Amino acid sequence: MIAAVGAIVARDLKLAMRRQADLVSVLFFFIIVASLFPLGVGPEPQLLKKLAPGVLWVGALLATMLSLPRLFADDYRDGTLEQLVLAPQPLGLTVIGKVLAHWLVSGLPLALLAPVLGIQFDLETDALATLTLSLLIGTPALSGIGAIGAALTLGLRGGGVLVSLLVLPLYIPVLIFGAGAVDATVTGMGAEAHLSILGALAIGGVFFAPWATAAALRISLE
Amino acid sequence: MLEASNLECVRGERRLFADVGFRVEGGEMLFLQGRNGAGKTTLLRMICGLSRPLAGEIRWKDTDIHSLGEEFREELCYLGHLNAIKEELTPLENLSASAKLAGETLSEDEALDALEAVGLAGREDLACKYLSQGQKRRVALSRLVHEKRALWVLDEPFVALDVAAVGWLAGLIGAHLQRGGMAVLTTHQAVDIPAGTVRELKLS
Repeated sequence: MIAAVGAIVARDLKLAMRRQADLVSVLFFFIIVASLFPLGVGPEPQLLKKLAPGVLWVGALLATMLSLPRLFADDYRDGTLEQLVLAPQPLGLTVIGKVLAHWLVSGLPLALLAPVLGIQFDLETDALATLTLSLLIGTPALSGIGAIGAALTLGLRGGGVLVSLLVLPLYIPVLIFGAGAVDATVTGMGAEAHLSILGALAIGGVFFAPWATAAALRISLE
Repeated sequence: MLEASNLECVRGERRLFADVGFRVEGGEMLFLQGRNGAGKTTLLRMICGLSRPLAGEIRWKDTDIHSLGEEFREELCYLGHLNAIKEELTPLENLSASAKLAGETLSEDEALDALEAVGLAGREDLACKYLSQGQKRRVALSRLVHEKRALWVLDEPFVALDVAAVGWLAGLIGAHLQRGGMAVLTTHQAVDIPAGTVRELKLS
């Protein structure tokens, strides 16, 4: 069963490497959003420091959402999804594999890019570290929860907009505690509490949401 | 043994079929016939468990396929009218990926041998987007060469194939039936399966 999860992660990573434009567009979106804010609001260190956690987290969240519609759409269009549903392992495990692969090509690079962008906002080293850590913990939750929306809107016209509408309310807790963690570090309060809740959300997103996603996929395929 | 009784399917306001039943034993093939839109693909998807009938039951070895779940899927090989291959991957990568995802072990030699059997020797390392329609279909069919599962469900397997490939595939299905396997398939072409018993079911 672990082999089946590994197989799907390996296949999706290989596909992502052959279609690098998708990966690059997500990262570029994040870079553009995060770089336009300091230019727009002006070079005031105090104001930028205050804005940084929210702007960077919202940027990463929107960038993740941008990549969601593609999560199952290609597999659905070429018939691979039917084969995945008919594979002898539980569909939930297959979805965990897809979510992990999605995180590796969207969440992980976003988290690694964030500290570089954070420098533009005059963030201190400890705040940059918390930002990276909060994104590393929070983005798996975004991928896992987003997969439910992607599965529900499979095959619908205008599915992209619908995914955002469905998923956004569920993303709000992740955003609040993610940005809150960075904010708490900036103000010197310590981010442990925020990060713990974020960790709980991530565990839910990666290990529980996939079973809901599996049910949504079965409905979409009928 | 695959058995179905009293199957009924309704799409929107229209009843596609009702009271459909059949029985397939080892070494037998069920040949589904019917005009376009008669519900052949829908029935095949029901047999796989992808969609549920409005009424009736499909049983594998006397148990409902939905309660069997994974046990049934382990013995099922489904080839839909979509090829289920990735355009960016090469035929060899596609074949080994689909074997791994289906939980099977396929050595590289076996994979190369399967691709040679479908007439893709020399094109193993070319991305599938550069292949013709018929060649893509052959990549999808290469899965069947080393397939040992008992029940094959094939939706229009002969589409886009040339005459030689149609004969080859008929032989492959025949060999599968001879080993005691079962097959359910639809096609609009007249194809002679060299071995096994062929039952027909007409949807109207």
